[in-house]
Amino acid sequence: MARVVVDVMLKPEILDPQGQAVQRALPRLGFTGIADVRQGKRFELELEGPVDDAALARIREAAETFLANTVIEDFTVRVEEEAK
Amino acid sequence: MTTRVGVVTFPGSLDDRDAQRAVRLAGAEPVALWHRDKDLHQVDAVVLPGGFSYGDYLRCGAISRFSPVMDTIIEQAKLGMPVLGICNGFQVLCESHLLPGALTRNDSLHFVCRDQKLRIENAGTAWTRDYSAGQEIVVPLKNGEGRFVADEHVLDELEAEGRVIARYLDVNPNGSYRDIAGITNAAGNVVGLMPHPEHAVEPLTGPTTEGLGFFTSVLKQLVNA
Repeated sequence: MARVVVDVMLKPEILDPQGQAVQRALPRLGFTGIADVRQGKRFELELEGPVDDAALARIREAAETFLANTVIEDFTVRVEEEAK
Repeated sequence: MTTRVGVVTFPGSLDDRDAQRAVRLAGAEPVALWHRDKDLHQVDAVVLPGGFSYGDYLRCGAISRFSPVMDTIIEQAKLGMPVLGICNGFQVLCESHLLPGALTRNDSLHFVCRDQKLRIENAGTAWTRDYSAGQEIVVPLKNGEGRFVADEHVLDELEAEGRVIARYLDVNPNGSYRDIAGITNAAGNVVGLMPHPEHAVEPLTGPTTEGLGFFTSVLKQLVNA
């Protein structure tokens, strides 16, 4: 089985209050020197067939229409592992 | 003939019964619509109620937008049928691209529940014509992801075309850009609103009855159409 990973992140200009809450908590826990935190989502898609251009194109379409809201989010698609 | 206003129930809808009651109090016949149903049962208008459709998984409203009933509603909305989305319904309308922008997590990160003062900015839409522009009303607000965001040029366009229909007064409860509480599409038949007018239609259960105007407005719109 091949795995394709879709990462979805809020666009840089969109306030990410979750990331900010995490960033504010880090120094309290002793983790200093972290200037900014953004929190995103990771989707792991297990493909039934081969990861060819057609399959990747379908996944990009799924990411664009459904997994990400492109009004507020960016996404990346990458193949994580090839079928054995 | 009585005007029929459909109220959709998605798995996780909370305020569908309140919306039905508001429709009835306004003088129309509420028609329960089911999310898996493609048929709208000859309704004249549709309300998408508040709640947590599909558990708000993925993003609020993202999964509902692809439900069978929404395919038909999107089609009919583009042909001019009045559609009001309240809270979660507003999120569904943005996810459907019937309205621009998106609703994100409140800037406070907290769920907010309060009686909210609003100013009606546009009294010319299908859902606001029983108000007057500039009128101030108080209705309940309750949301965790109610922060309206959009690109600067989209916001400018909404302002220039008078498509901001209601704005928060006194307090901006969720950090919405430009204090926006509700918007409309260019045609004025599709309206999204984050606060809950359907909870302010009876003196016993609401802070006011000032929410009823949304539901009486659409009747007037349909009678005049």
